Amino acid sequence: MLVATAGNVLVWAVWMVAAFACLASAVAVVSFSNPFYSALALIGNLGSLAVLYLLLSSEFVAAAQVLVYAGAVMVMFLFVIAYIGPRSESPWAGGPSWQAVGAVLAAAALLVEIIVAIGLKAGGRLAHSPDVHGSFGSPAYIGRLFLTDHLLAFEITSIVLLVAAIGGVILGAHSRRLPEELPHP
Amino acid sequence: MTGPGVAWYLGVAAFLFATGSLGVLLRRNPLIVLLSLEIMLNGANLALIGFSRNFGNGDGQIFALAVMAVAASEVVVGLGLIVALNRKRVTLDVDRLNRLRG
Repeated sequence: MLVATAGNVLVWAVWMVAAFACLASAVAVVSFSNPFYSALALIGNLGSLAVLYLLLSSEFVAAAQVLVYAGAVMVMFLFVIAYIGPRSESPWAGGPSWQAVGAVLAAAALLVEIIVAIGLKAGGRLAHSPDVHGSFGSPAYIGRLFLTDHLLAFEITSIVLLVAAIGGVILGAHSRRLPEELPHP
Repeated sequence: MTGPGVAWYLGVAAFLFATGSLGVLLRRNPLIVLLSLEIMLNGANLALIGFSRNFGNGDGQIFALAVMAVAASEVVVGLGLIVALNRKRVTLDVDRLNRLRG
């Protein structure tokens, strides 16, 4: 019993740190004026989200989060930010404009709406979660689900990635033709 | 389940989604709009995984992985558009990008 309580306290402590880091870095992404700092804050956000996924016993999704997001996507973001060059833009400067006030009000309304909808639809079922078996969320479990029940989703995901790769190549090829670079007839 | 219940995770997910939507509405740099979009997608992913744990069913994790793949594709196309705009010497400000005609 004592061991269980100590484990509970430890899980709560890890959850507190991860959730606070997650929320603080999300606010930092939105409010930093330099996009480079915003991208670095988003890396912290993704890492703390991976910790939350681990606490929800989904190991494979946490690993994929770190590999895909913090590894691949953020490197691409940082490369493009370095390519374009720093452009600072301070979101809160010059007093509260009607756009900023409207954006804050819309986001707050969205937050209230999500919480009310979840509380109405699922409030009674959130109190106790079932104990899951040890392999829940392991790579073998996810792989079996992907290749049996969700084979169609797996195949469609591969097509989506192929189309995105082709789109990226086409965008890159077209953007190279500036008017002064075109061959004159 | 030791530690906080799923409702706490859903609260974090709702706050993440609202913060990301604030960034999408407020910021004018398309790069930061894309970053805020990633925050919104991750909030939805956290809610999916929380419900997956709550019901003891792995379908939510499959959905979260599919969302991750779609987010990676969206970043490829979005960053390709931003680089294309930058090469055409267009100002990177979503308030001024109101024409699609090149």
